Amino acid sequence: MKWDIRKIKEWKFYEHPQGITIPEAGNAHYYPTGSWRSQRPEINWDKCTHCLFCFIYCPDSSIIVKGEKVVGIDLAHCKGCGVCAEECPKQAIEMLKERV
Amino acid sequence: MASLRELAKKKNLLTGGHRLCAGCGASITIRQVLLASNYPLVCGVATGCLEVSTTIYPYTAWRCSYIHTAFESVAATISGVEAAYRALKKKGKIEREMKFIAFGGDGGTYDIGFQALSGALERGHRMLYVCYDNQAYMNTGIQRSGATPLGAWTTTTPAGKVIPGKPNWRKDLTACVVAHNIPYVAQASPSHWKDLVSKVEKALETDGPTFINILAPCPRGWRYPESKTIKMAKLAVDSCFWPLYEVEEGKYKLNYQPKEKKPVVEWLQLQGRFKHLFKPENQAILEKFQANVDKAWENLLALAQKT
Repeated sequence: MKWDIRKIKEWKFYEHPQGITIPEAGNAHYYPTGSWRSQRPEINWDKCTHCLFCFIYCPDSSIIVKGEKVVGIDLAHCKGCGVCAEECPKQAIEMLKERV
Repeated sequence: MASLRELAKKKNLLTGGHRLCAGCGASITIRQVLLASNYPLVCGVATGCLEVSTTIYPYTAWRCSYIHTAFESVAATISGVEAAYRALKKKGKIEREMKFIAFGGDGGTYDIGFQALSGALERGHRMLYVCYDNQAYMNTGIQRSGATPLGAWTTTTPAGKVIPGKPNWRKDLTACVVAHNIPYVAQASPSHWKDLVSKVEKALETDGPTFINILAPCPRGWRYPESKTIKMAKLAVDSCFWPLYEVEEGKYKLNYQPKEKKPVVEWLQLQGRFKHLFKPENQAILEKFQANVDKAWENLLALAQKT
């Protein structure tokens, strides 16, 4: 179910769901955490072998995989921790300074 | 046993956009646990980093049914849900096969939630309890817990001239749970994802209460750069501080034996919380640490051979 919370700041207490339940599953997806980042992962596609180690070790579910292949990084949620670059067996991911 | 390619095709049950720190070991652990499941899940989380950061109202990072519960009671909450599910199934009101997972941090499991956990295990509910162990109360600002190892700096065991960090050794919770004689108990680490995923699969297929204790390194509390989370977990396993093993019906099995047992100092020296142990006057604590690790490891080897 899509839960419209655009005007939640103006809601009266009785407009919130009872027991403060959240009716939409996984809506944190709409909450960007990319602005936390000070460095950005960049994949060198010549080196990448699609072993998917970055996918299993990413704390923010930010490695986008389609059809068994890594296709990119979800920069709206990536916090730039650098675990992917550290764990990549082919050193195909480089952490670059994020531009302001 | 699922390969990474198969896991990547599954629905990701923990979305991005949660507010756990960059490089958090807990979210890596939880993602791996959730990816291992092939059933609809009901999860409960005890108060801790994971709970407060993944479910900040009005957002939730969970794509499965989720119950927010108090610090001490996640085992009780999920065992209640499981009992209700069984009753409804008996009456024919639910037909789907569902699985129940309780998540707790080390504070909510080793210390505060221990009686609820012990009770749930004894009552024999068909649930999996996952403890993500980051070795202190990280959520409230790094206070010592029953899982904090010897000599570690925390805000309640500060390292100074008089006391060099925590004076006590940690509680061996996995052994405490084994003593409950439940069908499946295991210890895992996110650095060995294949081992972790197969343990969760096995636990969910087991008829009865199951428990998995997982090491979840914390960059803020352990004081190391956030990109090294997996390295830290790996070193803990390779130095035999955190051995990977399982106990099935009382039978011990060692899942991973490092080719070369690394000295535990290699793991300690990368963490700021143990920095003071490398001063000459604290040499004895380092030796005691190594001796404790060696003793536990030899104990485990003997148990694995005996059973």
